[in-house]
Amino acid sequence: MALRRDWVYENNGGTCVAIAGSDYCVIAADTRLSVGYSIYTRDYSKICKLADKCVMASSGFQGDLKALQKNLAARHLIYQHQHNKQMSCPAMAQLLSNTLYYKRFFPYYTFNILGGLDSDGKGCVFTYDAVGSYERVGYSAQGTGAGLIIPVLDNQLKSPSPLLLPAKDAVTPLLESEAVDLVKDVFASATERDIYTGDKVEIVVINASGIRQELMELRKD
Amino acid sequence: MFRNQYDTDVTTWSPAGRLFQVEYAMEAVKQGAAAVGLRSTSHVVLATVNKAASDLSSHQRKVFKIDDHIGVAIAGLTADGRVLSRYLRNECINHSFVYESPLPVSRLVVRLADKAQVCTQRSWKRPFGVGLLVAGLDETGAHLYYNCPSGNYFEYQAFAIGSRSQAAKTFMERRFEAFNGYSRDELIKDALFAIKETLQGEKLTSSICTVAVVGIGEPFHMLDQKTIQEVIDSIDIKEDDASAAAADQAPMQEEDKSSEAAAADQASMQEEDKSSEAAPMDI
Repeated sequence: MALRRDWVYENNGGTCVAIAGSDYCVIAADTRLSVGYSIYTRDYSKICKLADKCVMASSGFQGDLKALQKNLAARHLIYQHQHNKQMSCPAMAQLLSNTLYYKRFFPYYTFNILGGLDSDGKGCVFTYDAVGSYERVGYSAQGTGAGLIIPVLDNQLKSPSPLLLPAKDAVTPLLESEAVDLVKDVFASATERDIYTGDKVEIVVINASGIRQELMELRKD
Repeated sequence: MFRNQYDTDVTTWSPAGRLFQVEYAMEAVKQGAAAVGLRSTSHVVLATVNKAASDLSSHQRKVFKIDDHIGVAIAGLTADGRVLSRYLRNECINHSFVYESPLPVSRLVVRLADKAQVCTQRSWKRPFGVGLLVAGLDETGAHLYYNCPSGNYFEYQAFAIGSRSQAAKTFMERRFEAFNGYSRDELIKDALFAIKETLQGEKLTSSICTVAVVGIGEPFHMLDQKTIQEVIDSIDIKEDDASAAAADQAPMQEEDKSSEAAAADQASMQEEDKSSEAAPMDI
């Protein structure tokens, strides 16, 4: 098979997780940047604050992620000038989807999760594929460790199946501290088996009083 | 004498070497409600008078945030001002996107001036009918520029544009040398004082004026009505004290002062007319 010489992407690895609560949202991503079997840096943030109550975390190609973040930040500025207010999380979610699909035929190699509070103050999480297909969910994970994490979240968060009637709220009844502990647990577990996940996990919590950030050490191997 | 023959087109020169359409555009600026700007080494303050078309309508927006470090106040055709503000915001966003650093104020005003100049040299366009006071902060310090419909721009320590701006200019001419050393609050106070001068006896309240500040460690933002009213009240208290302390017949003295001011203004307006026979675009 001929060697492909036009491959312009790179997978920098890493994992992102987000959980929506009744009045908070937890978004977390590890801080390892890798290429192949090497580590570029142990201290790289994959999380970006897009608006007052809206944070994005992505895994995949970090070059594209930086460009995407800059793009969205500029669009948010324009929105603020025109409407005199910050973008809500659902509005930003739509913008991200459109921005991704705009490059349908030369995609951003990023697997995104958007987390924040909606206009009612309830936690919301939106999960995307590389070309903009998105859905509002109660929790999500993306990246190299996602396959190890999602089954655990499914088990723990008892999020109702969309097939169940009557339709129930997608947000978890867990407390904020319990959700943060769960995130730490799943990252620790994913770190054990996924070579691309580790070093540190950056956890961002959005609630009515604002945004706070904490870092937790993970295994370095 | 020849004004009417050479003023139809912006692309027609007069025998005296003037473009009347551009000068008429600058007249439009003089008709707008007043706007003043003052600068110290660390802060720039913009203040405007907000005229409402009627009691039923809202006030016109005359101050626009362009970026965290730049804001503008306009006088003249506010629609033109709005369009130019959108252009300025776009330029700042594009620059930040590519260079990840704020656009220096001097470069922004040059782009704005070039845009204005284009409209003075196309037969199918008209000059912008708005003057802009651009207040900004960058690595080289605090700046205040005035952009003219003619495409000219100058940097100022303090300036006023719009109707009855001469009163504000006279007030600031007496004090501008001290501005560099002013604190942020002193600058705001003097800005409101200057606005008061343009009102010529009308009562200054926070509902008819807008004040905006940009400074070191302080992104461009407009002050809320409560803060402005507090400063206005402190100005009024000082004035009341001063006039009460000025011995007997305090009301008579105030009347004299205001009539003096009115006479002085009329005189300076007449001077302006005379000087407009010379080329005013050199300002």
